[in-house]
Amino acid sequence: MHIIESGNVAAAHGVKLARAQVIAAYPITPQTPLTEKLSEFVEAGEMKAQYIPVESEHSALSVCIAASSTGARAFTATSANGLLYMVEQLHWAAGARLPIVMCVVNRGIGAPWTVWNDHQDAMSQRDAGWIQIYCADHQQIIDTVIQAYYLAETVSIPVMVCYDGYILSHTYMPFELTDPEKIDAFLPPYKPAYALDPANPANLNTVTLPDIRPDIRGQMAPGYMEIRHDLHVDLRRAIDVTADIDKKFSVAFGRGGNPFLEPYRCDDAEFVAVCLGSLSYHLRDVVDALRKEGIAVGVAGVRLYRPFPDQAVINLLVGRKAAIVFEKALSYGNQGALYGDIKAALYPCADRPLVHNYILGLGGREIQTAHLLDSLRTSCRTPDAIGDKPVWLGLKM
Amino acid sequence: MNQNVIQIRWHGRGGQGAITAAKIIANTAFVSGYTGVVMAPTFGTERRGAPVLTSLKISREKIYDLSPITEPDIVVVLDHLLVEEANVASGLKPGGLMIINTPRTPADYPFPGIIVATADVTTIAAQVGLPAGIVNTGIIGAFARATGLLDIEDLARGIEVEFTGKKPKRNAKSAKVTYDQTIIGGQ
Repeated sequence: MHIIESGNVAAAHGVKLARAQVIAAYPITPQTPLTEKLSEFVEAGEMKAQYIPVESEHSALSVCIAASSTGARAFTATSANGLLYMVEQLHWAAGARLPIVMCVVNRGIGAPWTVWNDHQDAMSQRDAGWIQIYCADHQQIIDTVIQAYYLAETVSIPVMVCYDGYILSHTYMPFELTDPEKIDAFLPPYKPAYALDPANPANLNTVTLPDIRPDIRGQMAPGYMEIRHDLHVDLRRAIDVTADIDKKFSVAFGRGGNPFLEPYRCDDAEFVAVCLGSLSYHLRDVVDALRKEGIAVGVAGVRLYRPFPDQAVINLLVGRKAAIVFEKALSYGNQGALYGDIKAALYPCADRPLVHNYILGLGGREIQTAHLLDSLRTSCRTPDAIGDKPVWLGLKM
Repeated sequence: MNQNVIQIRWHGRGGQGAITAAKIIANTAFVSGYTGVVMAPTFGTERRGAPVLTSLKISREKIYDLSPITEPDIVVVLDHLLVEEANVASGLKPGGLMIINTPRTPADYPFPGIIVATADVTTIAAQVGLPAGIVNTGIIGAFARATGLLDIEDLARGIEVEFTGKKPKRNAKSAKVTYDQTIIGGQ
């Protein structure tokens, strides 16, 4: 059944279908309608979950960490400065290997205050040890939330499901609401290998010495570095797991098929635009227009951003004339973060393309189709003239 | 940019229900075969009584461009005072359509190259027994008549579903009566 609703409501339905058991969140624009919808579901008895109101984002994630430690399926959501307020717990959740799912409704970071969309909030946490997946429309939001639990619980790593504030969160469009029974068949209940239990008390994540040492049972226990190495190895493993889950989901529901990058008109493209989130769909219309001008250009939206799918990036971009990276965030003082990641992935390849970087849409600055058209056309027509530094689009002063 | 997308911009005041009206049309359009439907309010600064915008795009195919409408095919104005107060004709395509809730007639709105349709939704709504100022259902009738895009009976059913428990019959009637009383001007 299709319904027409906002992206926030799509996310809430995903959480409901995934049968999350504990929800703790603090409202922040533009995430608020998502948590309101979840509290309505719980209040109406449509969802058997504990909705725990908290006084801050730090507490929201703390509650999820506690709940997840006991083996409950936990959910939270936030945006911008709310995400930053939970940063300590964010890194903790990854280190503690808890399969929490969180929606990050992407919004620019203050100062100065903005409530509008860019990707700096999630981007600032790309190295936290969480998996990050970006969505381009409402169907991807609801489907990704469900798959995120599967992924998180398979690799014991928390997942951020990122979608554009306002552009997706407050925009209404149709999406398929899959039958709960079919989702239940796809996503089994969470059965943790270990769960905190008052009957069997334990210390978790205590001070861990630099070196390995015997534990209280006399067995060698890993040090901090081994534990962190495990996190990295499992994050890299999550790339293959993501592909497996996407395949399983595609078979069950007929949706998906591009778990790493979602290409459009890339088969014969000499030039490929690359970006995160809903912008990749906006660029499809731009690609169509440039194709009519005779330019062989395509676009690919990056879905899985952490762990970074290097091989998929290489497979897509090597042999092209240029990759043009559009970003709503940057590593201040350097360049766009995705731009840097893509260049690093391509560096070992002999036939690597030129890579361009456009910064746009910060703090909700309107992304005009004309700007996209002009910049992408320029990148394709004069690829050698752009240079290796970010170009800011749409500055008015 | 995509020529197959019909772009409709709604001008109302915060609290007037333009979003609900656009949502009802979006739902009816979808079930009538427009698989591409995107409705986006202006983001972040809504205040009761202040001029607000809502974008509605409909298409036979999925819509990928979610950017705000700058060159609408159709403009809907829920409060005729906004015609002077906001630049409602901004970007409206030549030959485009403007639908206004107003006691006046199309001849009173001489926008060059634009078709103007008018209906006194405020008065009609009061006549069918709605509380003062409920115009977001009546304007749907004017939209159906002036655009011919969607069936008025389908829209009336959509209104009754959306307004379940909130005078659904009267709201649907407001749309139907407005449909009959909408005046479409020449170019």
